[in-house]
Amino acid sequence: MEVMIILVPLALALGLAGLVGFLWSLKSGQYEDLEGAAWRAIADDDEPVAPVQPEAAPSRP
Amino acid sequence: MQVTRDFSHYVKDLGAGLKHIDLAVEGVSCAGCMAKIERGLSALPDVTLARVNLTDRRVALEWKQGTLDPAKFIDRLAELGYKAYPFEKASAETTEAEESRFLLRCLGVAAFATMNVMMLSVPVWSGNVSDMLPEQRDFFHWLSAVIALPAVAYAGQPFFRSAWRALKTGNVNMDVPICIGVILALGMSIVETFHHAEHAYFDAAIMLLTFLLVGRYLDQNMRRRTRAVAGNLAALKAETATKFVGPDEISEVPVAAVRAGDLVLLRPGERCAVDGVVIEGRSEIDQSLITGETLYVPAEQGTAVYAGSLNISGTLRVRVSAAAEGTLLAEITRLLDNALQARSRYMRLADRASRLYAPVVHATAALTVLGWVLAGAGWHDAIVTGIAVLIITCPCALGLAIPTVQTVASGAMFKSGVLLNAGDAIERLAEADHVIFDKTGTLTLPELEVVNAADIPADVFALAGQLALSSHHPVAAAVAQAAQARSPLMGATEEPGQGVRAVVDGVEIRLGRPAFCGAEALVAQNGNVDPEASVVAFRRGTETFLFSVRQGLRPDADKIIAGLQRRGIKVEILSGDREAAVAAAAKALGIGEWRAGVTPADKIARIEQLKRSGVKVMMVGDGMNDAPALAAAHVSMSPISAAHLSQATADLVFLGRPLAPVLAAIDYARKALHLMRQNLWLAVGYNVLAVPLAISGVVTPLIAAAAMSGSSILVMLNALRARKVAGEATSWKS
Repeated sequence: MEVMIILVPLALALGLAGLVGFLWSLKSGQYEDLEGAAWRAIADDDEPVAPVQPEAAPSRP
Repeated sequence: MQVTRDFSHYVKDLGAGLKHIDLAVEGVSCAGCMAKIERGLSALPDVTLARVNLTDRRVALEWKQGTLDPAKFIDRLAELGYKAYPFEKASAETTEAEESRFLLRCLGVAAFATMNVMMLSVPVWSGNVSDMLPEQRDFFHWLSAVIALPAVAYAGQPFFRSAWRALKTGNVNMDVPICIGVILALGMSIVETFHHAEHAYFDAAIMLLTFLLVGRYLDQNMRRRTRAVAGNLAALKAETATKFVGPDEISEVPVAAVRAGDLVLLRPGERCAVDGVVIEGRSEIDQSLITGETLYVPAEQGTAVYAGSLNISGTLRVRVSAAAEGTLLAEITRLLDNALQARSRYMRLADRASRLYAPVVHATAALTVLGWVLAGAGWHDAIVTGIAVLIITCPCALGLAIPTVQTVASGAMFKSGVLLNAGDAIERLAEADHVIFDKTGTLTLPELEVVNAADIPADVFALAGQLALSSHHPVAAAVAQAAQARSPLMGATEEPGQGVRAVVDGVEIRLGRPAFCGAEALVAQNGNVDPEASVVAFRRGTETFLFSVRQGLRPDADKIIAGLQRRGIKVEILSGDREAAVAAAAKALGIGEWRAGVTPADKIARIEQLKRSGVKVMMVGDGMNDAPALAAAHVSMSPISAAHLSQATADLVFLGRPLAPVLAAIDYARKALHLMRQNLWLAVGYNVLAVPLAISGVVTPLIAAAAMSGSSILVMLNALRARKVAGEATSWKS
């Protein structure tokens, strides 16, 4: 049963890592716009979304 | 005169040379819009962040302080095809968002703890029947305690706080038995673990909190979402005023930036956004949103105007007065205060249930302890069994029974165009059996429309519409709208207070007062058949035509009234308008009971009279004069076009042109109340089955956990049925 000495803390540490991850995602506002996030995942990101020059602005229908 | 737009009120300084503004955007519906807007705005120089929130339909913008004018963003969005308005978060919305985030954090902590405690519990459960060393079991129990105790202390806060608040005022709510159950379960588990006992209930306590937090969070989230939409709609209504910033210079500013003593300009066709006194100019104003009276009132120097009045014909200069200085407004405010005070403190279904539930459960637990002691068991065993009764009856299903139905029902109402202002509105709405409608703006549409369009030749109508585009007069605007005119005529001139004229193909055409068009004979000949309509005349060469313009009934009003009556609900009209106008509307809709020329005080008196005879009154109204009545009624509803005061007072707000949301809301509310009761009975039924097991002392943590999650899931599944109601499901979008 010595294996428990490793496994139990390991399981708890993994769970705790999950919780920390969740709290971080909550704090960084990832639950503010669930509908938008669903679409962003499949949006093309080949074009830069960050500031671009006016003339280079892609215009899409 | 130079008009500038001033948005400085909405701009927030983030420090480090960055500025921030929130815009509410109309018509954002998909990922394409999102990408288009974000790219289009990011392309502007100096913009550092443009992020669309698709759930709330808003854009957050940040840019480097300097030359960029926020008005530029709105213009850019207009180029992209979206209407945008600067937006200020209401304080209620901010606190609600905060609360929602806190609940989610609690839920995260509780769910994490539940998973880990369960991971430790399952080996214990199976170990108890196979082989597990007592030391191992104790180790697992202590480990569970280390996880569960801090998690409950943190994630239980919403329940502890609410229970404490209730107890302080001498009340009992659902959270009191929850807290007692959780605390006793944990306390007993620690004592039992200390004594190397076989059973501990850490898992049950933390799982209970997780389930309940799910219900709480769903409830909160739905309310936050409706509030966000209501906030956007308020921004879209564009509460701006045209303020004089110099003797001859005007600027469009948000109403919040207008102070008493400022001068504002009120052009024809504009709705006044402030209370004040006319200091210059002469016009007619439409005060129907304030008094319900549809006849125009002449306005000149010294006339008091109120927020919500529509300016009809001339330009006015208004000096803004401090709020509630006018007699009418002061009177309404006084009545409203009284009505709000008198509003009976409605006891929510959940609170009524817990008021019955708590004593029964606690008495059962006490009797169990006594019973076992009398039967010869030791005190220790008796108390353990008593606490097992508390744990298994802990109102997991009961706590979910109502919030889940409420969440599902308010989601369904939201889809059919109804926003909830008050948390307990669904229950009160379901009980309503007498609906009182205001006429102007509620049964009728707030906009004007041409009623005799069919009698006028199409080419004449089109020409009149084009000419009407050159006038600011609301009646002319209605003609232009009805004719779907797009291109104004060249060289059209407006004679203030008379009408517009132009020359087309050498023929003079005129639109305006009958006298201006030489159509008095035609008016006399037709008689004034419709007492509510305004008549506007059109002349082309020697031909004359009359347009009859009025506020039309909502397109489906007659069907909805009939639907209400079919459901056994009595319908009545109480209006501040003239008798002839109210009688005509009542006749058209088949409503037998109506009163005209009613003052706000009369409306309250009528509601009180109905209340005394045991009737549950629902008031539907939009005017400022309805606000006290909305507060006095058992439940109340306003269209989104209503005066601010009424909308804030109403329990529910409906969107769009049709009246259908009123009926849909009642249907959904009735179904929801039915399901809430059903869920409560399901929870009671579960207890009837589980409690004898607990009393007989055979409940192990495994049975407690299974029973608790089983009943919670059953109740949640039942709540999903609130999404659909039988019968007419009509959309509010038309």
